[in-house]
Amino acid sequence: MSDVVMRVWRGDKDGGEFEEYTLPRVEGEVVLDVIHRIQATEAPDLACRWNCKAGKCGSCSAEINGKPRLMCMTRMDTLPEDETITLTPMRAFPVIRDLVSDVSFNFEQARKVPAFNPPPEPEGGYRMSQIDVERGQEFRKCIECFMCQDVCHVIRDHEENKDRYAGPRFFIRYAELEMHPLDTNDRRELVREKMGLGMCNITKCCTEVCPEHIKITDNAIIPLKERVVDASYDPVAWLGRKILRRSKRSAVESAIQPD
Amino acid sequence: MSELEHHDYDVIVIGAGGAGLRAAIEAKQRGLRVALVCKSLLGKAHTVMAEGGVAAAMGNVYEEDNWKIHFRDTMRGGKMLNHWRMAQLHAQESPDRVHELEAWGALFDRTKDGKILQRDFGGHRYARLAHVGDRTGLELIRTLQQKAVSMDIDVFMECKVVRLVTGDDGQVTGAVAYWRPTGEFVSFGAKAIVLATGGVGKSWKYTSNSWESTGDGHAVAMWAGASLIDMECVQFHPTGMVWPLSVRGILVTEGVRGDGGVLRNSEGNRFMFGYVADMFRAETAESEDEADRWYDDHTAGRRPPELLPRDEVARSINSEVKAGRGSPHGGVFLDIASRRPAEVIRKRLPSMYHQFMELAGVDITREPMEVGPTCHYIMGGVQVEPDTGATAVPGLFAAGEVAGGMHGSNRLGGNSLSDLLVFGRRAGMGASDFAEARGGDVPSLDATLVQSYIDEALEPFSRDEGENPYELQNELQEMMQTNVGIIRTASELDEALVKLDEFKERATRIAVKGGRAYNPGWNLATDLPSMLTVSTCVALGARERKESRGGQTREDFPAADPELGKINFVQRQPSGGGFSEEIKISPEALPVMPDELMAIFEEANK
Repeated sequence: MSDVVMRVWRGDKDGGEFEEYTLPRVEGEVVLDVIHRIQATEAPDLACRWNCKAGKCGSCSAEINGKPRLMCMTRMDTLPEDETITLTPMRAFPVIRDLVSDVSFNFEQARKVPAFNPPPEPEGGYRMSQIDVERGQEFRKCIECFMCQDVCHVIRDHEENKDRYAGPRFFIRYAELEMHPLDTNDRRELVREKMGLGMCNITKCCTEVCPEHIKITDNAIIPLKERVVDASYDPVAWLGRKILRRSKRSAVESAIQPD
Repeated sequence: MSELEHHDYDVIVIGAGGAGLRAAIEAKQRGLRVALVCKSLLGKAHTVMAEGGVAAAMGNVYEEDNWKIHFRDTMRGGKMLNHWRMAQLHAQESPDRVHELEAWGALFDRTKDGKILQRDFGGHRYARLAHVGDRTGLELIRTLQQKAVSMDIDVFMECKVVRLVTGDDGQVTGAVAYWRPTGEFVSFGAKAIVLATGGVGKSWKYTSNSWESTGDGHAVAMWAGASLIDMECVQFHPTGMVWPLSVRGILVTEGVRGDGGVLRNSEGNRFMFGYVADMFRAETAESEDEADRWYDDHTAGRRPPELLPRDEVARSINSEVKAGRGSPHGGVFLDIASRRPAEVIRKRLPSMYHQFMELAGVDITREPMEVGPTCHYIMGGVQVEPDTGATAVPGLFAAGEVAGGMHGSNRLGGNSLSDLLVFGRRAGMGASDFAEARGGDVPSLDATLVQSYIDEALEPFSRDEGENPYELQNELQEMMQTNVGIIRTASELDEALVKLDEFKERATRIAVKGGRAYNPGWNLATDLPSMLTVSTCVALGARERKESRGGQTREDFPAADPELGKINFVQRQPSGGGFSEEIKISPEALPVMPDELMAIFEEANK
């Protein structure tokens, strides 16, 4: 078998450059295995973030040949064998060092989500049907790799939007809560006014990179947009909901404000 | 020298997996100042890897189930080495802890009448595991994480604790840590500290554990004066991936077997029928027909032998491979493809489907998986007071995998997530009570001591040439796999202890390259002292316990010794804490179970 040639971006917030590493190819390896071999030999200080190495924790996101991927789930034999592989940190976030980016934007967004708020638990526990929990379960498969955030044009190409745009990962979180059979908070105004849902123009880049194959655009963002529009512009629907459904408390006031 | 970053809290929780998050939530609910300190990003802890479910006798699928049967199953699974009080609290409180998760937003799979669905698992008499497909751990950590965030708990992410600090009176006063992104140090003053740092699996070559499982909590607790019990009891999960080599050890959930998967050797035989120990014979099926009837109706047949406790299954697989009846890559076959329709497999076991498809190119709906034992969990750990999680060091508490006693010599699947919730909460309560009773100001830290811990951690930067931390880690993993693996013997354990002394000496000569900011070589150098300490404890315990029981299998002592079944092996560092310091081991009598709990076993034996 031929050797593996890997160009890895090395540097920090002050700049950096590519370094090339050549290693013998080993059967069955993923990109993260190659990084580990580089660390154990040529570059012991090569920074990369990882944990489970099984596609379950979402720590090792990076850009492989310009595309966001989990390094632990990208098999070397799925990449062109005769080409140099280029590894860079996720571009939409500030770099810490080498392949590690500062993803704190996402943790700040998480703090802005108004909490789940169920009614008091009845005797014997809550009852929910499988079909009703399944919609939320799809979104709760999210492993928070933040690759959908990385690839989303609204923030990837416009740093200034980060103040007013939650991003796909948090749109699925809002959708999950909105569709949760027990939740009583109404976050629709918040999502429209402060979280920038309207800025998403449904290019589906997020869905394409999701390692959990969550249909972010079709199953979360579009239904969320519809519900938000209903809440804002349709007085009949609004009145109907007031009468027929349990009331949802507006979360705009109670939420931690984005800025 | 620039001023050291310092923070004061009432309660510090080290580790942000299930136990740490649950403890922090409890302390925060009491109105205390609480911080979570974790080595990785929030939500990435090893809890996300738990697949099958959380065990709780809710009786949603089988009304006959109750805490007493769960208690009995847990004790029998642990070969009676468990602390009875922990097993009791665990069985009694886990249903409430699961319901509580639901009130915090968790979405478990449902029964037809809308209750939480429960699945079968090894060693549990009834279908008892609340679950979400095969990603229950993710659901649990995300729910707790979102709850903690909504309560505004301070989180110090990618912040590695290197030492606990104690005062002259022996009480815990705080901790010293460094930020991984910058390499800068930070000290914490605290009235009480909860350790929830998880396990030790990274010291073995083939493990289901992530890089974080280096036994930091076990080690810093021991260095601070706490005692560890039964460290020899290490669980090798029967089903890890074996091929490709680079993914060897990654977990294959027991849910595969709970949902109908069977183990076969290279001759196509369901070999587990030949390995049923006397203790389990009365409730295990004798034929394939009987076993297959059981899946649909637990009263129509007895349990399949594939669902014996993990230690039994792991040893059986090991024997089959040794006898030359293994699969091409040194495991055995786990077959669900021929037993369940493809759509059921994809629905019930979605992550397993993807894991095999993407990492091994195997479609588990069409072909069997190749699996073999992988280092998974340590039952031993910090000795704690069951009701509060208090350790021997005043102000120091422990919960979850880092704590010992709950699981005896072998943990049942599903009992880990429930352990995290039950004892995470209890340690949070214990630490809060302690912090409140301590009152006054947060204790100040001995500056000289703090500086000595910082110097100790920075020492690998002091030399240009020396031991490579990666090489040392590799050698340690190879050695532990070979000498302190699933089957152990005196000569190999003696050799292991000699090797460990050699590794410890080499660890004092580690040299790291580069700067302090996000430097994995240095980070590993600071993990190695913990790994060497816990590896030594496991080897020492394994040598002392001259019997086979649960996660301790001795080739030279193949039977269980009833006398040793009443003994905990306790390890301490009486003459000073540190990875180079001597560790003493001594037998101590196991707490005696009260008669009313003993009666549960007599009832079952009738």
